[in-house]
Amino acid sequence: MCRLALKTANNPFSPYEILRAMEAMQEGYDGSGLGLLLRGVEFTDFNYEATHPILSGIAHTRDAMKRLNKFMEARGFVLKYDHEFDADFSKIEARDRFKYFVQVYKLPDSWAVHSEEEIEDKLTATRLAIRRDGEEHGGDLTVFSFWPDVIMIKEVGWPLKVGNALGLDSGRIKSRICMAQGRQNTNYGINLYACHPFFIQGIGTMTNGENTAFVPIRDWLTGRHYPAYMGYQSDSEVFTHILHYVTRQLKLPLEAYKHVITPLKTEELQNHPQGDFLLGLRNACRRLIIDGPNCVMGSLPDETCILVMDAKKLRPATIGGKPGEWAMASEMCGVDAMIPDRDRSLDFQPMREHTVVVPPERQEFKIWSQFDPFPLPQAA
Amino acid sequence: MVSIRSIPSTPGSLSIKDMPWIVEHNESRCMLCGRCTAVCPTGAIKLQYMRKRMPKMVLNASERSNTFKIFVGIRQKTDVDHRCIGCGMCAYVCPNQAIGPVFNPIIDRLRYQSTKGGNAVKRGGRRNVPGPNLLDRILFDRISMLTDPALDAGRHEFELNTLLGRVLPPDEYIKRKLSGEWIPPVREIFPFVIGSMSFGALSPNMWLGLLQGVAYCNEVLGIPVVMASGEGGCPPWILKSKFLKYIILQIASGYFGWDEIIRAIPDMKCDPAAIEIKYGQGAKPGDGGLLMWFKVSELIARLRGVPEGVDLPSPPVHHTLYSIEESIMKMIQSLSMAWDFRVPVYPKISGSTSAKAVLNNIVRNPYAAGLLIDGVDGGTGAAYNVSMDAMGHPIASNLRECYLDLCAQGKQNEIPIFAAGGVGKNGNVTQNGMALIMLGASGVHLGKYIMQAAAGCLGDENNRCNVCNIGICPKGITSQNPKLYRRLDPDKVAERVVDTFKAIKTEMKKIMAPLGRSQSLPIGMSDAIGIEDKDVADRLQIKYIC
Repeated sequence: MCRLALKTANNPFSPYEILRAMEAMQEGYDGSGLGLLLRGVEFTDFNYEATHPILSGIAHTRDAMKRLNKFMEARGFVLKYDHEFDADFSKIEARDRFKYFVQVYKLPDSWAVHSEEEIEDKLTATRLAIRRDGEEHGGDLTVFSFWPDVIMIKEVGWPLKVGNALGLDSGRIKSRICMAQGRQNTNYGINLYACHPFFIQGIGTMTNGENTAFVPIRDWLTGRHYPAYMGYQSDSEVFTHILHYVTRQLKLPLEAYKHVITPLKTEELQNHPQGDFLLGLRNACRRLIIDGPNCVMGSLPDETCILVMDAKKLRPATIGGKPGEWAMASEMCGVDAMIPDRDRSLDFQPMREHTVVVPPERQEFKIWSQFDPFPLPQAA
Repeated sequence: MVSIRSIPSTPGSLSIKDMPWIVEHNESRCMLCGRCTAVCPTGAIKLQYMRKRMPKMVLNASERSNTFKIFVGIRQKTDVDHRCIGCGMCAYVCPNQAIGPVFNPIIDRLRYQSTKGGNAVKRGGRRNVPGPNLLDRILFDRISMLTDPALDAGRHEFELNTLLGRVLPPDEYIKRKLSGEWIPPVREIFPFVIGSMSFGALSPNMWLGLLQGVAYCNEVLGIPVVMASGEGGCPPWILKSKFLKYIILQIASGYFGWDEIIRAIPDMKCDPAAIEIKYGQGAKPGDGGLLMWFKVSELIARLRGVPEGVDLPSPPVHHTLYSIEESIMKMIQSLSMAWDFRVPVYPKISGSTSAKAVLNNIVRNPYAAGLLIDGVDGGTGAAYNVSMDAMGHPIASNLRECYLDLCAQGKQNEIPIFAAGGVGKNGNVTQNGMALIMLGASGVHLGKYIMQAAAGCLGDENNRCNVCNIGICPKGITSQNPKLYRRLDPDKVAERVVDTFKAIKTEMKKIMAPLGRSQSLPIGMSDAIGIEDKDVADRLQIKYIC
């Protein structure tokens, strides 16, 4: 099973801290891999401007790296910073690793005419094109994200060992949010794209559990014909895409996510102040209802973090911390490892109806219940 | 050698060995009460005096060696009209278990002689293809064990209902909701629906029993079962009752019963569950409904607005039909308008290679509420034998093709497809239904299974009974003759309806729990099913397992 750890803090911290939390939860996972998402990034070697997109991934061969650089150059991207990991690949199980790239680019000048939304779509299209290129060349290029202020790392192996191999303990990369997950998708064969967290247009989520409603959800999302709704090497990738669909495509508030993935029962909605709207929303988004045991943690572009459970709370999780820094983990010992000096009596384990939201200012976390109304335009 | 002329042999001569069912009678147990002959719906047996020779060894030359004994025995008739239909009512009524029909496993010769007067064989019932059907062979093989814990069918809560009605895409829904525009009506119903069987095909007691059972399921058990009326309307007291909300009213090509329905609209206390426009039926694709004169009683004649005792064949197509576009558009919109766009209106078609074309038309009609496809294994109250046995398309691949087509368009949540035709024909009703749901159906319609489970219909795929068409149903299910339908106690039917749906509900959970599903009906969960037949697996795009 996957173990999840998320920390969000006003002061940037090294991802290595989170790997220690993963170590604390080691009894619960098979240590088959590591997935990291860093947001609110700082480099010690480079003065990063958060508007510049960062490309994260793996070039498995020298040729692939060359091809990638050429690809980016041809499209007018200007390389501002190429992070060199203090990597020791001998400590990693996989042998076909040439370079982990974390590259900061300046957008092509020709993009200046585009709106923000268009630029976001073009960034996504670029990532997908690189991914396709890698797939066309025998999988020699793996790309995880191409987005401002986000770095992603995924690797096979014991999380702490992967961290050591990449020299993450050096503190040369720090972030205000770090999401970590400690398992490759060993259910269906190793595939780096199947490793959580998943990312799409600024939205990242990770899950532990199994989404038994995966196939109908995948089929529906694929039917949107939205280019980035693809991949689906893991049944959990749909959680990220649903969050994207709800907040970015439907432009509904974050609270609606919970109503889409785990809607209330008809009799509960009949007594809900927004029951009429929500019943219709449940019908319209019926194919996005998740199933099985799942705990979903996520972060959004404005550095909001969320935590939700499946409708039966078959996978619990805990949030704890103090003003300025909060940690969520699938195990309490994970929270302990991330923020030991907190008041544990204020820890919270959300129930099936809750969405826990840590707003960007991080002074407190909010517990929102599905039974409460949420802001919708007046007519609803 | 006896001269051939002394043997009664004509082309149509049949012996009891030529009959599909042979009545076995044990003379030593028979008490000559005559109940079997009285109850036999076709008069296939008669009590008659018979003589038999009693040879004996006689040594005295003055005495004859043989004597003859007169006895009363049962004789089976061998003509077409009085054939044994295997219903077994004789066995039900015999106090001494002295009589009963036995299936004749050889190919009977009766079938070659049953076109008397040039009339092709008509019957009721089902397509006579015994043995497991394709749905019976589908296994649910994605079991949640260690990767995710299985659920507890007995203790966990399960969402089992489905939606009947057009569902808007999410962005369109939000837009319309915010601007106060019309949102198509949607009903939340139990995915196993009692399919269309008309008030006319069924006896009044059967109909009443079904409705009582359905009402109990809804109002006491909270299982939102609905039933479809079939063509021929509804008794006015039902139209004006609060039970109408459990009924899908069907309009078919004969429009029988719709005078009464339209006149009752101002007095209706609630809206019907939905309106079904029947364009076709799995049992007899391309044929209209048929209520034979035997069953057009005074009551039925009144409901349908026709004279008593005349055949009521509905045309094969709607007379308004000129093209698919305008037919569907006109009918769906007119019927929607009749209830002020508050009632889902959907077409029913027979399984066919043209189903996809119909579906795609419906997708583009913003008022169409869904599609019901009735496969070749569907049953009927009356049809030509050849239509029933040979016409049509099996439901599984037809449904799957349509569902995948919707998926490709991203519209699988917008148009619910309901599947019918052979669901539970071998008794595996929940398994069959859930297999169809995982292939993409939003729900299934049951006809024959409900008749068998709720009322004890005797029909089977060996052509047992199957005389629904001529009003002699020995159980009183499909007869308008009060002497017959009084045999059927509506309260008992209602009890069995309730038992049936309770059991289906439990079995649904027993299927869904091991699959790790409980939050929504697993429509299109094709990763959960497999079949031990590579060709079928390829065709249905599911797993081949062996």
